[in-house]
Amino acid sequence: MKLRALDTGFVLLAGLAILLIVAMLAVILGNITIHGWEQVSWEFISAAPETGMTEGGIFPAIFGTVLLVLLMTIFVVPLGVAVAIYFSEYADRNSWLYRWSRQAVNNLAGVPSIVFGLFGLGFFVQFVGGGIDNTLFGGQLTFGQPALIWAALTMAVLTLPVVIVSVEEALQAVPRHYRDASLALGATRTQTIFRVVLPQAMAGVLTGGILAVSRGAGEVAPILFVGAAYFLPHLPTRLNDQFMELGYHIYVLSTQSPDVEATKPLLYGTVLVLLVLTFLLNLTAIAIRARLRLAAGRTR
Amino acid sequence: MTTMTTRDFPLLKTHVPERKRAPAELTAKMDIERLTVRYGPRAAVDQVSLPVYANLITAVIGPSGCGKSTFLRALNRMNDTIPGVITEGQVRLDGKDVYAPGCDVIELRRRVGMVFQQPNPFPKSIYDNVAFGLRVNGLVKSRAELDSRVESALRAAALWDEAKDRLRRNALQLSGGEQQRLCIARALAVAPEVLLMDEPASALDPVSTAKIEELMFELKKDYTIVIVTHNMQQAARVSDYTAFLLTGSLVEFNPTPHLFTTPTDPRTEAYITGRFG
Repeated sequence: MKLRALDTGFVLLAGLAILLIVAMLAVILGNITIHGWEQVSWEFISAAPETGMTEGGIFPAIFGTVLLVLLMTIFVVPLGVAVAIYFSEYADRNSWLYRWSRQAVNNLAGVPSIVFGLFGLGFFVQFVGGGIDNTLFGGQLTFGQPALIWAALTMAVLTLPVVIVSVEEALQAVPRHYRDASLALGATRTQTIFRVVLPQAMAGVLTGGILAVSRGAGEVAPILFVGAAYFLPHLPTRLNDQFMELGYHIYVLSTQSPDVEATKPLLYGTVLVLLVLTFLLNLTAIAIRARLRLAAGRTR
Repeated sequence: MTTMTTRDFPLLKTHVPERKRAPAELTAKMDIERLTVRYGPRAAVDQVSLPVYANLITAVIGPSGCGKSTFLRALNRMNDTIPGVITEGQVRLDGKDVYAPGCDVIELRRRVGMVFQQPNPFPKSIYDNVAFGLRVNGLVKSRAELDSRVESALRAAALWDEAKDRLRRNALQLSGGEQQRLCIARALAVAPEVLLMDEPASALDPVSTAKIEELMFELKKDYTIVIVTHNMQQAARVSDYTAFLLTGSLVEFNPTPHLFTTPTDPRTEAYITGRFG
């Protein structure tokens, strides 16, 4: 009897926990949607901020976010795929190189994002960027300052473990007999990987991209010091331009505004736009993946 | 299909159509000498020596786990892909040891093709499956040449009539038996000299199996074939020479009619009459 009471109690507790989570999500989404909805209009999405952020829209921030995420994807996906191929196809599991690089990737995933921001400032902006300026531009400040490219690279380092893990899982899931068939036909290992294994792991590569994008679009800390701008009168056009970003813009609106009450509706709108944008990016990638899966499934 | 007579295999309680061409003289296409393959301390193949005669079918039989697949995979160095495998002894192809340093493994695998137990076409079109080996080896110069070699490989595998109208369709839409013949076509496309077949019909229904066996008779005119099978009737039907392996060791290697009617070793007789295995 006592055990049964305990059992019922636990189920009740678990149910309450679930209810709590669902309720929290509902409150967050509901609050943002209700307050943000009336703010979001075509003008809000397509115009630049005005009169000290209390009026106008957020187009530069949307533009900057999309650009940042795209650029980051261009950097992180090839690099992540290359590392995953090494781990899955080439590495000798007992070699020190494999064990050390595996540990490095695991630890990379655990580093707080603000530390990536500081790393980006020290390594990309000052060391790499400064080095480029000294050697190519005669010391003139060109790349040695916070910029879009450094922010994208910093974000790429941050999301690298996510891509590696998901691509590696996909490579491992490709049945061994495909590799055997290819090798037995006189294909080299590299040919086997690029013509047989990787095409079948395409869904995993996309999943890696999706996860990196949704992680990247939501992070603010890594780009605080390496390129995100408080306000810019024009859109970034070159890799060494600074840019506005939605997450950072939210931070700016909520803490750096001279009149917080006046920016509140804008803040709600911006948060809603960020949520929808992340959601849309994810949805696009998921749709592509589903189509690939369907194409593969039809053949099975 | 040369004659209508049959040969008795009383120990197997089976008759096999008599259609073996007696070759004028035997030439060894491959020569296996004291081949030992180890996974760690255990020898999966232990000091096996036998010839593989040109333009004949050599069957390797034995109970599960006797090392017959490992033996077959040693002939085109597919065991190299498994970490921790150690191979000793010699496997000579046209007199040259394939395990000698400096042997081109890629070229070896092109010359010694392989068909696996499970049909394993790539999830690509029928055409691209057959063209795969030609493309990766850079064996064709033009699209027309590729087309014609794909067609002749499919014809050689007796799949052309079924596949010619759906070359662009995904290979995984084919039936199991068709998939296996596609895998044979894929292997033949790169013009190998030896074809290794690892239980090629064990996953197939009897009709498909019969087609594969029929095909082997045709192929033997142009290729040297080694087939691993656990099906003794199949070995008796298709092969000219049979090797019997037991726990990694070669027990008996003899002409197939000889091995199945008057086996030299009592263990061979015990196995083929079903007393163990």
